[in-house]
Amino acid sequence: MKGLLIISGLGILAMLAEVFKFKKLLLPLVLLGIVAAFAFNFMEWNTGLSIPYFDNMIGFDKPALAFSGIILATAFFWFILANDYFEEDTNLVDHFALVLFALVGALMLTSFKNMTTLFLGVEIMSIPLYVLAASKKHDMKSNEAGFKYLIMGSFASAFLLFGIALIYGASGSFDLHKISDYISANANDLPMFFYVGVVMMLVAMCFKVSAAPFHFWTPDVYEGSPTLITALMSTVVKTAAFAAILRLFLVDFAGVNELWKGILATVIALSLIIANFTAAMQTSVKRMLAYSSISHAAFMLMVILANVRSNLSLDAIIYYSLAYSVGSIAAFGVLYNVSRKGDETYSAFNGLAKRNPALALCMAVAMFSLAGIPVTAGFFAKYFVFTAMIGTPYKWLLILAVLTSVVGVYYYLKVIIAMYFGKAETTEKIAVEKSQLFVIVFTTLATLAIGIVPSFVAEMFKF
Amino acid sequence: MINGISINMYLMLSTIIFIIGAIGVMARRNTIILFMCIELMLNAVNLLLVAFSRLHNDSNGQVFVFFVMAVAAAEVAVGLAILSMIYRNIKSIDTDLLSKLKN
Repeated sequence: MKGLLIISGLGILAMLAEVFKFKKLLLPLVLLGIVAAFAFNFMEWNTGLSIPYFDNMIGFDKPALAFSGIILATAFFWFILANDYFEEDTNLVDHFALVLFALVGALMLTSFKNMTTLFLGVEIMSIPLYVLAASKKHDMKSNEAGFKYLIMGSFASAFLLFGIALIYGASGSFDLHKISDYISANANDLPMFFYVGVVMMLVAMCFKVSAAPFHFWTPDVYEGSPTLITALMSTVVKTAAFAAILRLFLVDFAGVNELWKGILATVIALSLIIANFTAAMQTSVKRMLAYSSISHAAFMLMVILANVRSNLSLDAIIYYSLAYSVGSIAAFGVLYNVSRKGDETYSAFNGLAKRNPALALCMAVAMFSLAGIPVTAGFFAKYFVFTAMIGTPYKWLLILAVLTSVVGVYYYLKVIIAMYFGKAETTEKIAVEKSQLFVIVFTTLATLAIGIVPSFVAEMFKF
Repeated sequence: MINGISINMYLMLSTIIFIIGAIGVMARRNTIILFMCIELMLNAVNLLLVAFSRLHNDSNGQVFVFFVMAVAAAEVAVGLAILSMIYRNIKSIDTDLLSKLKN
């Protein structure tokens, strides 16, 4: 809870920085604040008490703290990566404030205990991101991305709200515990509109995590937004949305799983097929990463499907979020540096091994991790998902996932082939700022480290 | 029953308004009308929340409506800002012209 308060305070502080003239100090302050928030988060994890706040609307239990930790750590590295992105902009403090408020929303999404905080978390996270997606004012692509994100985001929010209203109508409460008590008390005579409400909330959450067939906005928005904002969307936002969907469907709506299991399985199957085959056809690396994020969303949804009615082994999904966030930060960091001149296609990566061997190596490791090739974090992330799925009746999904992963290897390898065997038009070296190189190398090493000691990391998240 | 009208009537009315809004978002091309349709969807939700709140004699639903209104206002503010930025760049607010991002 202290972490949430610190980040909110930082956001307000960032808005004051212009007035009180401490713009130069802002980045160190923000980094310090995030470290402090992470430290408080860690202390709360160790004490193991989950104190409810605001009339039991927010409570940081163990899963919430684990997801918050991942979000805060990702945000820390993101801010270091983004330092020169901030410098070239005149509205520096606004960007800081917007990102920090988006973080507040993300943290709320990990810890909500009430439909009100769920809705507010979604909106507090999304509204700053609409602005950030459109933040390149004179770039039409960025404007369009922001606009599409806004329309699709508020469309999804309307579905979420209608679902909440229907569930409130049936159960008479917004409290998650009261709703799940209501479900178990009236398991046999739930009104029809309650089921409609649950399905609408599922649709809205699938929009938010960009799972097919509700994914169509994702590639456009990811491509049009500034690269670093895309990095933020595919790591922090994804993790937060999964934390929310997990709590909602495994804790709250577990009682009506017969209803949503089938829908979720269809969504996963569609996401796997559409995302992987479309990604293989892309020419832009950024767009490819957008489709790859859809296929990773499908993998994370599989954990939810596998966990229905079992003793909640959340370590698989937390490990997956961690592995995916770390790998994505490295990949987007490299993409950001390679595409400085505006070219985001595969040809921009041609001959990167000669132009900057360190970047090429980091990108290769990140791609291996996203593809799920052994010794990287991504491999064990997928492995844990598969082992979680084995005991379920959805073995066909497992086979589909393995087959589409093979397609996935093709488009990830295309980047590596371009880097090591592609002919570059120029031999000009790509210079990378030291702090950015630090983030890229560190996240790459982390990808390897998490992959080398997977059981250690997974044990950490067992509770 | 609320004031002699069955709750199903309220449910039907707000569902109809919601569907009109949803169809509007998908079918219309003028961006201002898109915003109006989204607003329509949110107001359908508000109506439903207030009706259920009255039915359960529970004020939580009405408080929730305030949150929805505040958030809708924030969303429209951001939306109109983005829209005026787009208008400055292309001198139009037709969604058909927003198709720079394609495969």
